[in-house]
Amino acid sequence: MAARGTAQRPNGAVQGKICQFKLVLLGESAVGKSSLVLRFVKGQFHEYQESTIGAAFLTQTVCLDDTTVKFEIWDTAGQERYHSLAPMYYRGAQAAIVVYDITNQDTFGRAKTWVKELQRQASPNIVIALAGNKADLSSKRMVEYEDAQSYSEDNGLLFMETSAKTAMNVNDIFLAIAKKLPKSDNASAGPAVGRQPRGVDLRETNEPHQGGCCK
Amino acid sequence: MDKEYDYVILGTGLKECILSGLLSVSGRKVLHMDRNDFYGGESASMHPLDKLFEKFDDPEGTKDSFGNGRDWNVDLVPKFLMADGGLVKLLVHTGVTRYMQFKQIEGSFVYYRGGTIYKVPADDKEALMSGLMGIFEKRRFRAFLVFVLNYSFDDPTTWDGMDPKTSTMEDVYSKFGLGKDTQDFTGHAIALYLDDEYMTQPCEEPLRRIKLYYDSLSRYGKSPYLYPLYGLGELPQGFARLSAVYGGIYMLNKPVDEIVMENGTVCGVKSEGEVVKTKAVIGDPSYFPERVTKVGQVVRCICILSNPIPNTQDSSSCQLIIPQNQVNRKSDIYVCSMSHTNSVTAKDYYLAIVSTTVETSDPLAELQPGLQLLGTIQKKFLWVSDQFEPQDDVKDSKVFISKSYDATTHFETVCEDIMNMYEQITGEKFDPSSISLADVDVES
Repeated sequence: MAARGTAQRPNGAVQGKICQFKLVLLGESAVGKSSLVLRFVKGQFHEYQESTIGAAFLTQTVCLDDTTVKFEIWDTAGQERYHSLAPMYYRGAQAAIVVYDITNQDTFGRAKTWVKELQRQASPNIVIALAGNKADLSSKRMVEYEDAQSYSEDNGLLFMETSAKTAMNVNDIFLAIAKKLPKSDNASAGPAVGRQPRGVDLRETNEPHQGGCCK
Repeated sequence: MDKEYDYVILGTGLKECILSGLLSVSGRKVLHMDRNDFYGGESASMHPLDKLFEKFDDPEGTKDSFGNGRDWNVDLVPKFLMADGGLVKLLVHTGVTRYMQFKQIEGSFVYYRGGTIYKVPADDKEALMSGLMGIFEKRRFRAFLVFVLNYSFDDPTTWDGMDPKTSTMEDVYSKFGLGKDTQDFTGHAIALYLDDEYMTQPCEEPLRRIKLYYDSLSRYGKSPYLYPLYGLGELPQGFARLSAVYGGIYMLNKPVDEIVMENGTVCGVKSEGEVVKTKAVIGDPSYFPERVTKVGQVVRCICILSNPIPNTQDSSSCQLIIPQNQVNRKSDIYVCSMSHTNSVTAKDYYLAIVSTTVETSDPLAELQPGLQLLGTIQKKFLWVSDQFEPQDDVKDSKVFISKSYDATTHFETVCEDIMNMYEQITGEKFDPSSISLADVDVES
């Protein structure tokens, strides 16, 4: 993956108009967070997607007119299940998608809690999108489109109903986020333009390692 | 929560989180619980600053002082990573380095009798310029350093009569005619020994440590130490995420009522009236008060400063070692200092954490030689922590308990404990090649 922490790119990620952003997913278990990412990144959908296992990050790029936006996408790895997400998860995130399931009212309530949590914990300039997933199951709908939309307007969120299964609005929601993210140094507000790597890269001078650790 | 797990892990301190990560990656089913509502236990960084005041029962303390409380991440147990050390290797092998960012610590200093602070020479040339030694001693030290750096444990022609197994470090010092003060600085500020017991031991380990110091130094230049942005509390979180990515289940805010035993072997953990079955339990000493022995105490004093430590070239982060002999003690006093550049304080503030192994009934007085080097201290938090080790009879019990975090200022002893535990737990040595980065790194 493209170098987080690769040393000394002056002024962060603006580099040949490629901007890199950390995007985190939030939402109750089984609302389809991983499915949305899998659809967006790999174009795949699995009806019986296992609980999240084995994905540290996924990356995907979106091309706008003159800029390539590269998302470094963090999935919760199941740590949301018992309310045990680490503060590290939000750290430095420039965008978030809060997901709920349109067939389950509780998940919409939980989504609102996640939005509050982001407003409290994450950086003040974070771009938040609300995704009402499983829109293909509208016959079982429990959350009205208008309710979610007016909530989003009140809280300054992007909002779309999505379906990881049919791919409806999946690319669109990432694209909308990409458009809303600040992409130039001159953007006066906001401290961070893209991901700003600081510090040293531990891997940089690491030779292939044979011996045991710590000895 | 009704399933059976291979391991239930109690406490989300660094050691427990690393073990959790390694076990999950190798396919074991792990349930990881912590009685606190935050990650890290004693390896947490207090955030925001109010948490630190609460921890020390001074909730009224902060108010408007010390800038924005949310800028603070204050370690309870200060340590630095050796750039070429065991923890860095683990971070790289497991890919956890990608969740975090690190910066170099700017300087490494040593205190000498009479109150002078010297930079630890970064190489043989700096050694020749340093005011640390007289002119003839410098040459002797340089010869010693060249010898050590060329020393190869596999190649007896480089040994020059100093056998790694049979010659002591004392022998090596006297071979080069190094004076007492130079020995002090070598053993304590470079080989990072807490006391002088190493002198009469075979020279292999001390030589390895000196090499580790210089190998670490050569990776980034200014000092051998690295430190994560936002404090050490990021480390357990990073390894916990690794574990979770591989299926480890995390539960914070989960009180543990009882370790359930059957015929002397653990079979479950009871929490909030519910028993989880498990084949083994791993945890920090605080979860097993009747299975650990107190072996000593460490005293630590967290100090908030509005200036860098005087006489450290205005370093915004540094380590300062006060070797035991220089202040007539048995164990060294350590000072770790970090600041806004490490994202652990508000702007224009500095943290200095002074620590040592307790030798008397007045721990605060023992820290005085360190505290008096700090200039004006804005606020102090004193903390004496008991050091526990597991009792020997835990082998059949399948209850694996980590040691408390010691007074050393780096993670090498932490890694040793983890590797020993891993071997005890799984019956096999940890093999870093069993983890391939490709497994961890999913990319489109």
